[in-house]
Amino acid sequence: MSRLRVSEKFLIRWRGAEQRCRMAFRVTLSTTALVFCMALADGSWLQKVPADYHTRVNPYAGQTAAIAGGAKLFGDHCAKCHGADALGRGKKPSLRSERVQQQATEGDIFWLLYNGNLRRGMPTWSAMPGPSRWQIIAYVKSLGPASGAATAVNYSEEKSQ
Amino acid sequence: MIRTTPNHVGVPAHVLWRSALISCLLFFAFLPRAVAQEPPYFVTYSSALEEPGNLEISLKNTQAAPANGNAFLGSALEFEYGVKGWWTTEFYLDGQATKNDSTIFTGFRWENRFRPLLREHFINPVLYVEYENTNFADRALLEITGHQTVADLVIPNNVARQEIEREMELKLILSTNTHGWNFSENFIAEKDLNESGPWEFGYAMGVSRPLSLISRGKSCFWCRENFAAGAEVYGGLGTTDGFGFKATSQYLGPTVSFGIPRGPTILFSPQFGLNDNSAHVLYRFSVSYEVQQVWNMFRRKN
Repeated sequence: MSRLRVSEKFLIRWRGAEQRCRMAFRVTLSTTALVFCMALADGSWLQKVPADYHTRVNPYAGQTAAIAGGAKLFGDHCAKCHGADALGRGKKPSLRSERVQQQATEGDIFWLLYNGNLRRGMPTWSAMPGPSRWQIIAYVKSLGPASGAATAVNYSEEKSQ
Repeated sequence: MIRTTPNHVGVPAHVLWRSALISCLLFFAFLPRAVAQEPPYFVTYSSALEEPGNLEISLKNTQAAPANGNAFLGSALEFEYGVKGWWTTEFYLDGQATKNDSTIFTGFRWENRFRPLLREHFINPVLYVEYENTNFADRALLEITGHQTVADLVIPNNVARQEIEREMELKLILSTNTHGWNFSENFIAEKDLNESGPWEFGYAMGVSRPLSLISRGKSCFWCRENFAAGAEVYGGLGTTDGFGFKATSQYLGPTVSFGIPRGPTILFSPQFGLNDNSAHVLYRFSVSYEVQQVWNMFRRKN
């Protein structure tokens, strides 16, 4: 009898330990996945950009005509996902965030447009000519952070004229 | 010896009207702006996949007038959807109309394209898998493989439609984008699942470029930026029983696309047969419209 009780107690303890192990494994896995997703969502693509792209200079930066062309291209290709105001739609990120407007150089964004981020739904725009991609970047950068909505309105007015 | 009547457009008026009507319906059916970044090819595929969530609807037509047969118009209605950034799926409904014969539905195709490499390289591979269930009367000519020749295009519909082909088609697509140019090469292998016949092979190559690499700020209709031009060459490469150009048909032609502002994209190409096994000329014409983020149309607006 006493042997049975000992084995029962052992079994109960062992099951408890097993459950705790399972729980710990699940929590660890979930946390790792969450951290991984947060890292991706936090713009880990920026860390993948090669140095020669990072330092590239936009040949159209600040050129009004090129920016207006970029606004048109943005309306054609980008606005449906990122919104006409570039503030993002649903899960599609804002292009007027601090990350895009201040942390990322124009070369970084050029690299992203060229390669895309296929796992996260951003298509590659490599079939679009390089000058057109620079025009879009010039336009996006001209918008400034989220508070500078006036610039976007100006270009859309010019477009409608 | 099989020859064709050059430049003879002998399609019945009601067929042309029907085609025009469908094109107009596609034109007016959707309001959102539709611009795709695909090169202007009919047969050749590039590495450009459909953007995730976008739906492209195309009507692709092929018209020819073989000398020993009746003129025909082969059509394929295509629905192309971007599932993921690396995966595009397409569904086709094929049909054809032959002068002095009949207008018939010829079958369907389902194809998938995958990008195995998620970064851009100098040469970008794409894998293509297609299942097609069409009858022998199909005239869409979306690819040429094996010993497919112009003689196959003159068989009367009531005879040709008796033969059902259930085929698996594989393609290796290689594509390069550089300085605004696109260079694409496709290698095709096709197998009829009904019979224990040989594998059939084919190829397609294309080169193209937009007429302008930059965009003007103002909206314009006839701007160079709305046009792209190029050329493509394609044909059969025989079978496992006899690989090579012997007894195959080959075509070469210029191609041009026009993206109508806030409208569809139109492609046109006259493609010329390079040997006696080919039709003298195939006139290809397509209208395509891209509905961006198609599921947004069904979401409630706040």
